[in-house]
Amino acid sequence: MAEEVMLIGAKGSPFTRRVETALKMKGVQYEFMEEDVSNKSPLLLKYNPVHKKIPVLLHNGKPICESLVIIEYIDETWKGTPILPEDPYERAKARFWAKFMDDKCLQPLWKSCSSQGEEQEKAKEEACELLKILDNELKDKKFFGGDTIGLADIAANFISHWFLIIQEVTGVEVSTKDKYPKLYEWIDEFVNCSIIKENLHPKEELVAVFRGRLQAATATK
Amino acid sequence: MADEVILLDFWPSMFGMRVRIALAEKGIEYQYREEDLMNKSPLLLKMNPVHKKIPVLIHNGKPVCESLIAVEYIDEVWKDKAQILPSDPYQRAQARFWADYVDKKVNAVARNVWATKGEEQEAAKKEFIEILKVLEGELGDKPYFGGETFGLTDISLIGYYCWFYAYETFGIFSIESECPKLIAWAKRCMEKESVSKSLADPHKVYDFVLGMKKRHGQE
Repeated sequence: MAEEVMLIGAKGSPFTRRVETALKMKGVQYEFMEEDVSNKSPLLLKYNPVHKKIPVLLHNGKPICESLVIIEYIDETWKGTPILPEDPYERAKARFWAKFMDDKCLQPLWKSCSSQGEEQEKAKEEACELLKILDNELKDKKFFGGDTIGLADIAANFISHWFLIIQEVTGVEVSTKDKYPKLYEWIDEFVNCSIIKENLHPKEELVAVFRGRLQAATATK
Repeated sequence: MADEVILLDFWPSMFGMRVRIALAEKGIEYQYREEDLMNKSPLLLKMNPVHKKIPVLIHNGKPVCESLIAVEYIDEVWKDKAQILPSDPYQRAQARFWADYVDKKVNAVARNVWATKGEEQEAAKKEFIEILKVLEGELGDKPYFGGETFGLTDISLIGYYCWFYAYETFGIFSIESECPKLIAWAKRCMEKESVSKSLADPHKVYDFVLGMKKRHGQE
């Protein structure tokens, strides 16, 4: 039976990237539909009426939304490189750290570079605490998933790519190799993983996306 | 080998209730330990150093934090009875999506229903009802969110039901009149012993919320 897999996403989005990484890990062939998030397509609104957000994975016409939910779906549907470990306790840990990235890290890390004044100072402080927690979690291992990349590493893609670029674009320095040595080692390992390396967006593209977002963020103040 | 299962919890917590329900569904014997959130135990701080929050499930000395993660863990370890997530990957994704929706949407808004006043409270009530209506829409005519059987999404939401009396009293509105199907669903869930034994008494929850409001100078 021919499988139809389509990913509705946006090139500059780390959430879309996570799903692409998972699909590539499993060797799944898929069609990519670029979504203009400032002008959402009827297709997106049809397949994600609740949140109206990307990414949305369509598998044989059935939609799955929310990047972490999608990744677990991909892991359960296609054999090949496992994304979550088999042991229930290790799975719980992987889910914990993936959730930590999404619930706790994203906002402060983004705000530490994109906001101003007191809001920025507060976000920077919070970001430093969070990065320290992550740095500490990596003290005995190569990846959040252990010896190989897993759910939590994929979820942390924001830190391995986007956060470094945002800091460069804004000139704000929040994370450094000296402050978080283990985290930077992880970034190196992660970015050099063949599955990640072969599918990296050209830096200029991401820089352009972020310049746009930052302009929009400051313009709305 | 005997399993040692401990739950660090706080009686009115709708998050703690999720784990209690899952444990009860599976018939797992465990030690319930009440935490004083104003004076967190060394065990809690050791087992959940990142968030320092309840609930924490401790299984043979190893901690599992975050209520929905603990529920999935329970389902995966004790898999011979009362399946909480469906077997089909697409159905599992839907269950996780809606449990995530409850987590992302209900909590922040629900708090504002009792914790705020005036215009802010009116806005919170409106948003809260809108969210419940979305959930009601998803439920449709099914007995439970997962269909015929009680599952993850039901577990993620039902704990809030014992808080409804407090929300309605402080917010001066009726949830049942706006979302009758959802209330019918909640009553159906309460017929299950795992749920009725895990939820707190709504009047005690009301007293607890009143106490919180007084402490924050709101009453």
